[in-house]
Amino acid sequence: MTSLFSEVTPEAANEVAVKRITVGINGNKRTVDVEPRLLLAHLIRQGFKLTGTHTGCDTTNCGACTVLFDGVPAKSCTVLAVQANGHEVTTVEGLASASELHPVQEGFKDEHGLQCGFCTPGMMLTAKALLDENPDPTEDEVRWALSGNLCRCTGYQNIVKAVLGAAAKLREQNGAS
Amino acid sequence: MTIDEIKIGGLGASRRRVEDNRFIRGAGNYVDDIVLPGMLHMEIVRSPLAHARIKSIDVTAAWAIPGVRLVLTGEMMAARNLAWMPTLSYDTQAVLATDKVRFQGQEVAAVIADDPYIAKDACEAIIVDYEPLPAIVNPTQAMAAGAPVIRDDKENQPDNVIFDWDVGDKDGTDRAFAAADVVSELELHYPRSHPSPIETCGSIADFDRSTSKLTVYMTTQAPHIIRAAVALVAELPEHMIRIVSPDLGGGFGNKVPVYPGYVVSILASILLERPVKWIEDKTGNLISTGFGRDVYLKGQLALRKDGKILGVRMQTESDHGAFFSDAQPSKFKIGLMHSAFACYDVPTAHLTSRGFYTNKAPGGVAYRCSFRVTEAMFFQERMVQAAADDLGIDQAEIRRLNFVRDDDFPHRTPFGFLTDSGQYGKCLEMGLEAIGYEDFLKQKEEAKKNGRLLGIGISTMTEPLGAGNSREYDILGIKMFDSAELRVHMTGKAILRTGAKSQGQGHETTWAQIVAHELGIPAEDIVVEEGDTDTAPFGMGTYASRSTPVAGAAVSMVSRKIRAKARKIAAHLLEVSEEDVEWELGRFFVRSAPDLGVTIQECANAAYSNIPDGMEPGLENNAYYDPPNLTWPFACYIATVEIDPLTGVWDVLNMVAVDDCGVRINPMIVEGQIMGGLTEAYAMASMQFITFDSEGNCVGSNYMDYLLPTAWETPGFELHEVVTPCPHHPIGAKGIGECATVGGPAAFVNAVMDALQGAGVRNIDMPLLPDRVYEGLTEGRDVSGAPPIRTDA
Amino acid sequence: MYPSRFSYEAPDTVEEAIELLRRGQGEAKVLAGGQSLLPMMKLRFASPGTLIDINNIPGLDYHRADSDGTYRIGALCRHAQLEKSPDLAASQPTMAAAAHTVADPIVRNRGTLVGSICHADPQGDWASVMISLGASVVAKGPTGVRSVAVADFVSGPFQTVLASDELAVEAVVPAPVGVRAGGYLKLERRVGDFATAGVAVSVEFSGSSVARAGIGLTGVGSSTINAAEAAAALVGGSLSETDIAAAAELAAAASRPRSDHRGSESYKRHIVATFVSRILTSLQLSTQEVA
Repeated sequence: MTSLFSEVTPEAANEVAVKRITVGINGNKRTVDVEPRLLLAHLIRQGFKLTGTHTGCDTTNCGACTVLFDGVPAKSCTVLAVQANGHEVTTVEGLASASELHPVQEGFKDEHGLQCGFCTPGMMLTAKALLDENPDPTEDEVRWALSGNLCRCTGYQNIVKAVLGAAAKLREQNGAS
Repeated sequence: MTIDEIKIGGLGASRRRVEDNRFIRGAGNYVDDIVLPGMLHMEIVRSPLAHARIKSIDVTAAWAIPGVRLVLTGEMMAARNLAWMPTLSYDTQAVLATDKVRFQGQEVAAVIADDPYIAKDACEAIIVDYEPLPAIVNPTQAMAAGAPVIRDDKENQPDNVIFDWDVGDKDGTDRAFAAADVVSELELHYPRSHPSPIETCGSIADFDRSTSKLTVYMTTQAPHIIRAAVALVAELPEHMIRIVSPDLGGGFGNKVPVYPGYVVSILASILLERPVKWIEDKTGNLISTGFGRDVYLKGQLALRKDGKILGVRMQTESDHGAFFSDAQPSKFKIGLMHSAFACYDVPTAHLTSRGFYTNKAPGGVAYRCSFRVTEAMFFQERMVQAAADDLGIDQAEIRRLNFVRDDDFPHRTPFGFLTDSGQYGKCLEMGLEAIGYEDFLKQKEEAKKNGRLLGIGISTMTEPLGAGNSREYDILGIKMFDSAELRVHMTGKAILRTGAKSQGQGHETTWAQIVAHELGIPAEDIVVEEGDTDTAPFGMGTYASRSTPVAGAAVSMVSRKIRAKARKIAAHLLEVSEEDVEWELGRFFVRSAPDLGVTIQECANAAYSNIPDGMEPGLENNAYYDPPNLTWPFACYIATVEIDPLTGVWDVLNMVAVDDCGVRINPMIVEGQIMGGLTEAYAMASMQFITFDSEGNCVGSNYMDYLLPTAWETPGFELHEVVTPCPHHPIGAKGIGECATVGGPAAFVNAVMDALQGAGVRNIDMPLLPDRVYEGLTEGRDVSGAPPIRTDA
Repeated sequence: MYPSRFSYEAPDTVEEAIELLRRGQGEAKVLAGGQSLLPMMKLRFASPGTLIDINNIPGLDYHRADSDGTYRIGALCRHAQLEKSPDLAASQPTMAAAAHTVADPIVRNRGTLVGSICHADPQGDWASVMISLGASVVAKGPTGVRSVAVADFVSGPFQTVLASDELAVEAVVPAPVGVRAGGYLKLERRVGDFATAGVAVSVEFSGSSVARAGIGLTGVGSSTINAAEAAAALVGGSLSETDIAAAAELAAAASRPRSDHRGSESYKRHIVATFVSRILTSLQLSTQEVA
């Protein structure tokens, strides 16, 4: 049994010091014991089995592991799991509601904003946070906001279209409601 | 009632991608997402030195760490005859080093532990004692007298030369040069570049003792080749090996070769009888896995005064790293380098090519390129521009003058390839109009008066795609065909499997469109599967833009086989003879009574419920497609740039692409491929930089130094199309995946060189980093990017 | 990708943090944004015995001006707070010009200005900005508080004069002696890249004459460079072309770049001169417009 994470059990007394944390993950509170060195990305992927959050590089450059940390994009490979104690984390799995996709998700599909799909979850979460803050961004603002997420397949043009399209749809939805 | 092909998602429909439904939900299934019961984790110890003798390896401390299950070294691999493995180019490669390390990052030991953190701790605890040796980082050093022999493990290898090869007509070319008005010369280095998919390589080996079956989940673009290779290397029976390539986070050629990590994870699983997962880190990926390019050119064009090319001479020297592991299937030592000048009507040409071992990572062909055509087309287009400059003629005009004419196909290229079809002039004119060529030239002259440096660069090329045909292309003797298997169920729904393997190209979407085109079954009624060798038909995988030319053709052909059987069933159902049955999309009808017909779905139903006497039941088949020739798409890329003369920083003003890839299955996906390829072209031209210092240390070993473009600086692209069907492909398609990566770089470089016209510089090696551009501009001489890099002592 | 083991503490007060640092006896590192430290730990270039996470300490995430114009940036103020601050450009033009050049937008959401200065990467952007502004770092230790000019705070590559039991709690930019103008230019191979060379310039005008000037240089030495002589050449003048040329030349002379894969020594010096000149020329133009 690995000591990096474990759901809390009576025999949790291990030689390696662990910390008990409670993390809100896509709206659910989870309590786990983690080794301090466990990265948030690994807690999400291996502990919570939410594998939509990907890890792509070692140096905090690629952004494939981007999640929303209290609503703000963060590279989850560069946050310790213990630091998420008492915080809310949103992953790609939390983007859609039970019945429908988020407009950003629809936009990525409609505009062919993805190819291999590896960067897509991080890219979409960054886009969502941008639109939460700025519902009507310019193309330059979208490109700037996405400049911490690398995509190797698309050349970004369709990603930018997807985000602008999602922005328009969200404005329409919010205007209508 | 005729079926609207676009509505059923047939040929030409920009159908939204099926695979996106899981990717946008984070429900993709990449190798690292797979968790098996009892799974262990492997990490690799890599050499910090580029060239050194291993004196000793002490693994005692690693074994002492709680949670460590196995520590493997080269010695232990050797005891099982697995310290070395064959490469795809008939060389050998070390799995774990035994005698020497031959490049920085080479695999030296591996640890298998309960979790990857512990495995990494144990890797850090392994002590390797090295005796450093001088490192070789370029061909000049490799061929120098007294150079250390890198491959002293090999018999009959007294030096660092891998091959010395030539092709073309030497005497005829000599005569052309003797008769030339002008000889234009250019020397340059196409730098090493890494494909760098965002997902690194990895595997999970799972050996089941009770069944003796080995299942390997693996990041591979070519699962069946891997199965054959594993059978050879691990001496396991092929039917007891199952390779599963799940969703791939990009490939670009990086995931074709067999890497030591795969082999070690397999042995570890066999020894431990537990699943073993290995996920490479980014540094490991960048410093040890298949790269692209690293070729030096001395090029000469024999020219008539008006710009007509009379002959071509190319001398290349290629740096293959420590092991000759080019993943390329041609019988030619330097791949398809001699596809150069295929779009120009050149009477004679000669190419010499020498390959060398160096103390750098092995590889050499991978990276969104059909086996050296990226270098070939870059060299070609840089030489053509230099010739235009030397002659003082317009860079569009020199191309017009030399293009193969539309009525001159099939055309024999100067090196002997046979190109299929094309409308080169039309593509060029379309590109020139889109970019506003004449206006830009005026604008450029105006700007120059104000000290501003504007430039325009053209790159036009046709490249060979779709290896093979089986006469000329094979991998370890396995012929380069591809395959498809189609099962039409009784309700008219279907499952299609192919021997290809998508890494983002969207096969699940486009293959169904080909079936829809051939059979009239709506694309949404067809599920596509690839990547599992237990279920997919044997195929050679996806790289070299070969999926559409080869596997896509197989999809057409298997659909036609199904249609042929369905026709017999239709005749039975319509109670007429087969000769009286006509086909329109999705339906057979009686020629003399067109209202009397049966749909393909009704035929499918009958195949299981109402079989003609004597007919075998069912509606399933497969097809193996051996292409008669390569396909030859054409592209014209034009970029305009502005250089800041005080810093050397340059920006792309506009970029226009005209692609003729034959018939387009899904225009949306084709355009996605082009934009992605242009971005990688821009990346190579501007920033992607992996190089070495004089000790063989890799510079560019992580994403802080190996820069991929972001959304911010990636230019916008304007795309145009011309369609010249491929005459020998069942649906006229030619393939598109790599055109823009192949043809794109020269457009950017030619544009920057055009802006520098008059400064006295003829060439700056890629990437055109600001300091190099500034140096070229201010010092008026060529700027080499060849390793070793210049550093302060 | 996998850091080595360490013990983890998350104090609620500055005092507690200092006590933990003292007990760490030099083996403890402070974790604020973590956007430089954690990558180094993942690559195992750094393996601290203890991490003291200060993110739970309330009241350190501020950036604000005192009534006299002194500007204070708390230890937990993120780059993004500065980048998105609407009034920063008016009072702190050099900082505003630099804020969006630090790393990438997501890193800026967590990384901190004070942490960046303490990390003392010669290629870090904030230290040269702070040097140009004559700013200080306020360090608290078991025996009290001290203020160290950033120019003296950074003592070498990845080294500062911070004692092992001291916590940097804020950066302080002194109030301008007149009207503050300035800029930051960074040559990068791509957005988000470390600087090939970066130049921070701050000028304070009294009327049309320069009352104070500061120039900090990024990435052109083994630590951030205070081009004090170059700045001094501007004081008392009114950014004449001669003054600008002199400052550019002196700044280039003050830089100590190495030739590497980002460019040659002479190229980097040239960039320093070019950027000093560009920033000052733009200030000259903008002051002319005002006048």
